[in-house]
Amino acid sequence: MHWWFPTNASSYGGEIDSLFVLILYITGTVFVVVEVTLLVFLFRYRKQEGRKASYIEGSTRAEIIWTTIPAVVCAFLGIFSQPLWSRIKDPARIPADASPIDVMAKQFEWHFTYPGPDGQLGTADDFEKRNELHVVVHRKYQVRLQSEDVIHSFFIPAFRLKQDAVPGMQIHAWFEPTITGEYELGCAELCGLGHYRMRSRVFVQTAEEFAAWQAAQIAPAAPAPTDSTANTRRTAR
Amino acid sequence: MTTAGVAAGEVGHAHHDDRPFIRKYVFSTDHKIIGIQFLFLSLFFLLVGGVLAMLIRWQLGFPGRAMPLPGLWPRAMAPDGVVLPEFYTALVTMHGTFMVFFAIMPLLVGVFANYLIPLKIGAPDMAFPKLNMWSFWLMIPAGGLMLAGFFVEGGTAASGWTAYAPLSANPEYTGATYGQQLWCFSIIVFALSSLLGSVNYITTIINLRAPGMTWFRLPLSIWALFITAILALLAVPILAGAIIMLLFDIILHTHFFMPAGGGQPLMWQHLFWFFGHPEVYILILPAMGITSDLLANGSRKPIFGYHSMVYAIIGIAFLGWVVWGHHMFQSGMNPRLGTTFMVSTMFIAVPSAIKVFNWLGTMWKGSITFTTPMLNAIAFVAMFTIGGLSGIFMAATPVDMYIHDTYFIVAHIHYVLFGGSLFAIFGGIYFWFPSMFGKMMNEKLGKIHFALTFITYNLVFFPMHILGIGGHMRRIYDPSQYAFLKPLQPLNTFISVSAFALFVSQLPFMWNFFHSLFWGKKAEMNPWHDNGLEWTVQSPPPHGNFAVTPTVYHGPYEYSRPDMEADFLPQNQPLPASAHAAAH
Amino acid sequence: MSGSRGAKALIAFGSLVLAGACSKGGESAGGGAAATPAAAAAFPVDTTTAATVTGRVAFTGTKPAMARIDMSEEATCAAKHAGGAFAETVVVNDNGTLRNVFVYVKSGLPANLVFPVPSTPVEIDQDGCMYTPHVFGIQVGQTLNILNADGLLHNIKALPTVNRPFNISQPTNMTTPRSFTSAEVMVPLQCNVHSWMNAFVGVLPHPYFAVSGADGTFRIGRLPPGTYVIEAWQEHLGTQTATVTVAANETKDVAFTFHS
Repeated sequence: MHWWFPTNASSYGGEIDSLFVLILYITGTVFVVVEVTLLVFLFRYRKQEGRKASYIEGSTRAEIIWTTIPAVVCAFLGIFSQPLWSRIKDPARIPADASPIDVMAKQFEWHFTYPGPDGQLGTADDFEKRNELHVVVHRKYQVRLQSEDVIHSFFIPAFRLKQDAVPGMQIHAWFEPTITGEYELGCAELCGLGHYRMRSRVFVQTAEEFAAWQAAQIAPAAPAPTDSTANTRRTAR
Repeated sequence: MTTAGVAAGEVGHAHHDDRPFIRKYVFSTDHKIIGIQFLFLSLFFLLVGGVLAMLIRWQLGFPGRAMPLPGLWPRAMAPDGVVLPEFYTALVTMHGTFMVFFAIMPLLVGVFANYLIPLKIGAPDMAFPKLNMWSFWLMIPAGGLMLAGFFVEGGTAASGWTAYAPLSANPEYTGATYGQQLWCFSIIVFALSSLLGSVNYITTIINLRAPGMTWFRLPLSIWALFITAILALLAVPILAGAIIMLLFDIILHTHFFMPAGGGQPLMWQHLFWFFGHPEVYILILPAMGITSDLLANGSRKPIFGYHSMVYAIIGIAFLGWVVWGHHMFQSGMNPRLGTTFMVSTMFIAVPSAIKVFNWLGTMWKGSITFTTPMLNAIAFVAMFTIGGLSGIFMAATPVDMYIHDTYFIVAHIHYVLFGGSLFAIFGGIYFWFPSMFGKMMNEKLGKIHFALTFITYNLVFFPMHILGIGGHMRRIYDPSQYAFLKPLQPLNTFISVSAFALFVSQLPFMWNFFHSLFWGKKAEMNPWHDNGLEWTVQSPPPHGNFAVTPTVYHGPYEYSRPDMEADFLPQNQPLPASAHAAAH
Repeated sequence: MSGSRGAKALIAFGSLVLAGACSKGGESAGGGAAATPAAAAAFPVDTTTAATVTGRVAFTGTKPAMARIDMSEEATCAAKHAGGAFAETVVVNDNGTLRNVFVYVKSGLPANLVFPVPSTPVEIDQDGCMYTPHVFGIQVGQTLNILNADGLLHNIKALPTVNRPFNISQPTNMTTPRSFTSAEVMVPLQCNVHSWMNAFVGVLPHPYFAVSGADGTFRIGRLPPGTYVIEAWQEHLGTQTATVTVAANETKDVAFTFHS
């Protein structure tokens, strides 16, 4: 998409942008008609010597016209928007082949739990990553949103996806990334003083890149120290 | 008072008004004084809300930069002048709270309902003058409690003016222990004030209309205030009830909204917006009514489609109760319910559209004079149109998924509440100032104020649409944390500079207001050649308003009748004889 | 905790309404109240006859591995830990002793002793997204300077049960002073931006506390002669107590042993 939209990188983002543009055309037309009419009237019917205002109390016909047109246009927009909405958000219509990722939002971090190579969550090879969402391009994902404390909102502008994470609920949302690259995930619901920094990076990768990353996450880490040599900062203070 | 003769003469002039000063101007039961008291109080809160907005804009325009006079700011808010994140969230919360509950709502309802209702319907005062006095005096502790939040440990409430639970329900999440409680207590007191006012307005309009003042002869401002009072009467107790539940959660550790004990965070949102959406119309309907009166007067024409204007107000009031879910499309509410709310929301656009077209129809073939009140009313029409149209984007649920909780919403709400309500309020103040104080406000300064405000206002809020389309989230302290928002930072700075200019643009108004109060030109009788009953008495009207109860002969918009020489006809004067002949 | 907080809130609300009083908060009020008499008073123990308790905190059992902290997403902090960052839940020194054990005089001090509040502040730094020190003590009313060496957002949330909780933030390099109004062992501190960051502070009305260091030893001096209950607190392994009697000018050794 052009203008000020961030690049769209999801399967349904383009349709949302198109709907936005359609509404922009409709409202833009109304805007121009109303404001130009207003300006013309202000000039044309400004007070002039010798001319008296016309005594007009209304016109039923005109009012029927300008009641009907907005009603029809709004009804059309409602009907037109509904299928896209239901395709994106209806829990019954989440694609069956979508890979699951658990998302736990907390003040002020995103914790992602990924399935291991078996593709199943809730098994021993699951692994967790803080503030990094890694997904494979052209694969559908189902994020299962939960929150530990307050309400957060899972917002990836490049995917045009926003869904609140509510404590006590598990809410499912899905997306399919279409362009590889690095994007950003932000919190869109005021969640406290760290709201502005509750962000995560989103990596849309090829299947090979993802597999390599996944292997690195699962590989046993270097043995951890137990003694006092740990945590020596480089910064000298 | 040395002789009986002089004393008798004085009594005659004072209309037997021998109340002591404190009953006359402080604890007054006179609706006009109460309206003026509300005017001073809510203009003060408007200034408070404006100052808070300036601090917000400073941080957004210049993130992390020290504010002017760095030494003056309390450490807990802005050490060395740098706004802290917790102070920023407090600022956002308090700006919204003060503007909605303590500025716009009392300006529209407290000021104009109080001042105009009895005068415009030909009544001596409100039905319950003492309740009316209480309604004002409760606003003092309400505002005091809210301001007190700035002085307690942990600062003011910081969970947004919408106070979404659980953020608001557990002080651990924000650090604002007492601030959030003060917020709750303050709004409860405010709700009581609002209820007393609403009961009064409704009773007064139903019972105290002068002979001949039938329902369809009421000015649209009164119709709007009547419907608004009904909305407030029904909606505000829901808010108060929800806040009492929230207080229970905070203080007594109940679990209405806390999931740990089986509570529902979403229930807060349902309750809040079931109040909140009618509240939106409480904040705009009176402004629409005022605009209608000012436009008809300034165009010297009857309002176009008076009846459909009334039905549109009623329609908005009814539909306003079934659209609250459009604030919650992305909240986790069942998406199928979202579809229902999308449809009802689309339909509420229709009555608003009718009103805009009827206003245009009112100006059509009029004889428009560009007085300051008229300019503000015209600005209302132009700006409300933008605010209304931008609402369509949010009504479409898939688009809302992207722009919800972004600056697009911030732009929308300000186009409605500033571009709409506040311009109407300014128009109303300029228009009724002569009646309130017997002095005219300076037209030249008024026009300068209008022009500067109109331009800077658009420079501030129009670019916010662009920020929103860029994905700029609301209520974030430092947008530069996001790579995708970095290119938008110059726009943020531009908006901030414009906002400072908008603030400075209010100085002519402040000067004009106070200067005119004391040294303004004396107002002549009916300076705007209006038809309202308030202009048939001297300005300011005496205690008791009308020496003789007026009789009303026709509607309020008899301007430029072809069968008359004068282009206006006050409601207490009969129609010319020819009109009666034509009617038969 | 819950009941008292509610009651306090109501009282605070009441006093606000009645008096319209607005305090700057516990920070100044508490500190001021404690500091005024103390500043005038000298140290109330005769240091020429004072006793000392020293000791060492041993550890037996298998050394637990320190959990690796994934800081990869916070580049500034990750760069400060060349060898990786590790959770300091249990830190066993090379000589088999325990580090970060808070040792303090729990009871036994004469009730009439009032100790001056030290004018030197205690410092805690947030460096490399870790708190330094991880465990420390402070006197009631003494200034705690919270430093942020990282230059990125940290919030400091204190979760006491006796003192007033607070939740403040530092978006950049800065120093924020705080203090505590009541004795409390221990007050947990945490950062919500980096969930691995935590620290513990022991707040006491007297100066008789110490934290075991890299050699596992501790030393509590300037004690008046008497019998004391000494407690050793470890965040994961719990607490142990020992009773010790010291005479004038005596130094006694107390040994604590924690098991995995």
